[in-house]
Amino acid sequence: MTINTMAKGGWHRDQMSCFRKMEKVIVAMQDPDMGMKMRNQRLLITVIPHAMTGRDIIDWLMKKYNICEEESLHISGLLVRYGYIYPLKEPRSLVLRPDESPYRFQTPYFWTSTRWPASELDYAIYLAKKNIRKQGELMEYEKERYSVLHKRINHTWDFVVMQAREQLRRKADRIVLECQEQAYWLINRPPPGAPNVLDMGLVRPHNTARVTLNSEHYKNEIDTCKRALGRNRVKSSICLEGFMKYSEQYQNHDPIMQGCLPSNPWISDDSAHWTMNLETVPTPTRLRVERWSFSFMELLNDEMGRREFMTYLEKEFSGENLAFWQACEDIKHGESSKIVEKVEEIYRNFLAPGAPRWVNIDSKTMDKTLLGIRHPHRFVMEDAQMHIYFLIKKDSYPRYLKSDLYKNLLAKGIVPQETKKSVFPFMRRQRHSSPSPAQVATQPTEEVGNAKGAGQAGTNSAAGSNV
Amino acid sequence: MLLCLHIWFLEVVSNCSDDGSHAKDHHLSLPVSTGDLTTSAMGEMEELRKEMENLKDQITAARKTFQDSTLQEAAAGVTVVGRVQLKTRKTLRGHLAKIYAMHWGTDSTLCVSASQDGKLIVWDTITTNKVNAIPLKSSWVMTCAYAPSGNLVACGGLDNMCSIYNLKGKDGNVKVMRELAAHTGYLSCCRFLSDTEIITSSGDCTCVLWDIETGTQKTVFAGHQGDAMSLGVSPDFKFFISGACDFTAKLWDIREAECRQTFGGHESDINAIGFFPNGNAVITGSDDATCKLYDLRADQELLTYQDASIMCGVTSLAPSKSGRLLLAGHDDFNVNIWDMLKAERVGVLAGHDNRVSCIGVSSDGMACCTGSWDSFLKIWN
Repeated sequence: MTINTMAKGGWHRDQMSCFRKMEKVIVAMQDPDMGMKMRNQRLLITVIPHAMTGRDIIDWLMKKYNICEEESLHISGLLVRYGYIYPLKEPRSLVLRPDESPYRFQTPYFWTSTRWPASELDYAIYLAKKNIRKQGELMEYEKERYSVLHKRINHTWDFVVMQAREQLRRKADRIVLECQEQAYWLINRPPPGAPNVLDMGLVRPHNTARVTLNSEHYKNEIDTCKRALGRNRVKSSICLEGFMKYSEQYQNHDPIMQGCLPSNPWISDDSAHWTMNLETVPTPTRLRVERWSFSFMELLNDEMGRREFMTYLEKEFSGENLAFWQACEDIKHGESSKIVEKVEEIYRNFLAPGAPRWVNIDSKTMDKTLLGIRHPHRFVMEDAQMHIYFLIKKDSYPRYLKSDLYKNLLAKGIVPQETKKSVFPFMRRQRHSSPSPAQVATQPTEEVGNAKGAGQAGTNSAAGSNV
Repeated sequence: MLLCLHIWFLEVVSNCSDDGSHAKDHHLSLPVSTGDLTTSAMGEMEELRKEMENLKDQITAARKTFQDSTLQEAAAGVTVVGRVQLKTRKTLRGHLAKIYAMHWGTDSTLCVSASQDGKLIVWDTITTNKVNAIPLKSSWVMTCAYAPSGNLVACGGLDNMCSIYNLKGKDGNVKVMRELAAHTGYLSCCRFLSDTEIITSSGDCTCVLWDIETGTQKTVFAGHQGDAMSLGVSPDFKFFISGACDFTAKLWDIREAECRQTFGGHESDINAIGFFPNGNAVITGSDDATCKLYDLRADQELLTYQDASIMCGVTSLAPSKSGRLLLAGHDDFNVNIWDMLKAERVGVLAGHDNRVSCIGVSSDGMACCTGSWDSFLKIWN
């Protein structure tokens, strides 16, 4: 979320990078060789030079960026909303019509980023000009603002009127100047009810200097850097491979990618998918049981998985390990007031000599823990818990995945049938909006072919164009 | 018709320094003060500064040696995703002003949203009913969060406080349970670790871990040199990441209370941050209109998601459950969907009439919820 901020100099940092990008596009559009072809547009009895139609703009953007019409409409709409292009017909409606409507480039003098922020004085002069030019030309909201300004900057009002008269005296390009100025003020002082593109949200308080660049600061930075330099790093190829493996493994479990069975509750209004995956179902779905084999954390994070795992461990007479781990988790995330009593309980049940559910920890960790118990705190069991965690993970967990208990669960796991529409049973109900990647691979349709072709064209144009 | 977008710029070679605030590609200098210094003190400072810059260059060089593949090589064997089209399934109407934040509950059907009309609303997204409509003391709210247990919600903003509300109070009324006040700047983001702990990020450049029961600060994580704008908690709850207006993201160890890694490279404020689902990478979204993926083990930026036709800043982001797709909300009213592995745009969600301020994917991965300044929340899938 971007929040309004006025840094030194009055620039709105948030907006500047998006303005710069739009200006690059605008400059490219006006390039004498590769830019848009402009012509004279007739408006009532006047001929306005250097204008273009909405259709031209859309087509140029489509060609330049190799995008579809919908996207081109979106981008050109942005350019109009931010005032870089303004309409000649219906100037108060800042939208881009993909037809023969005429548009013109705003002169850089009137770009929002050039004269930022728009000043009250300038606005007053503009309204005064309008008022002088033709009595009653001001709109209702402009009249209101005019009188508000008149009260607020009354002391400079003579100056305002003088400037207004002076600017009106210049006759050349009067119509063009009026159009440009009007477009500028429609953006910087939008009429009530109109969307305000320069709305930046909540104004956050100006922050006084926080960073003191003294020796202390640099010494800290140097320490941090030295530590960072000595860090172990992994090759990027291995990391990227890690992400790919993960995405592949979870693809069937990602409903946005693959859809879900029996049906997408958001489309069908049938919450069967959720009911099947509750904590307390008698038989879990196969996908769910499969997830337990992805990582130890997946198993532990699922209540049912934990229960099933505990059943297995009890059979192997090592259930106390998991119980100990769970008790430690409870301390870490539970209420502070109960820490002391919980620690005592853990000691009694798991750590004391002859305890009913004694856990096997190495002597060094045990000594450290026993020492820590004298002054119990939230993380006093951390080392012991870690020891047991890795014990279960390396030993019991892999064996559980190979056990009959797990394999039976997996085999019996429910694979829900896709619900069919009762009227047309042979029609597949839409599982999700997008074609799944699996379907794309098996049906090499024209679409895929086009995508590839367009993709290549895209890369080529990327090499050629310079925005 | 497929949305065909060429890969405009693949960023695999990164030039981020360990602490991005002094990187050479910054356009704006942060407010600083040097005070009164003697010539010898100035000389000493200059020496230290040079040493720091030198170390940073060494770090950059060290990182480069671990870049042994390009994205194209690595992702060559991955199946193409094709066009992703999500439709609006529900529209949640009820807020009367800009929505600034939303957060899913862990049950994947309830979510909470905060708006400038001074209300926190808990929605049942299936029926679109409002489960709770909580009036706030301060309407300048910027963030909200849902506790994993479903018992608590939190919010905060320009009042510099994080207010915790108990949804499951005995008499059925939702009341303020705690007001966590100690920040000297606005509250930009908050996330629960449990019913007893919450982490907040603030405009005073710090993040804080609170003990909710006692209402006190347990740990202050200081180090950012600009407003901390957003935070994300790792899947194992041991780490959290924060993105700030000093253009960097930092990884913090909650238990050890220290900053483990810093990532730079963005050219403007980082507004949104999140973990890749396996917890091994950090995804950031910035005002410079790009998203970046930083790998924690490679200790550097691996991917940049950008396109010449995307000009407006990223306000919020969320990965899909498998991590294959990244959904990013922008100032230009759209949400862009990226194929995270191939760094290509594969879809657009266009349905809001004002900027998309927040986005979230439910924990079962079923649905994506977007909130906007047009006062509506939309559920897509």
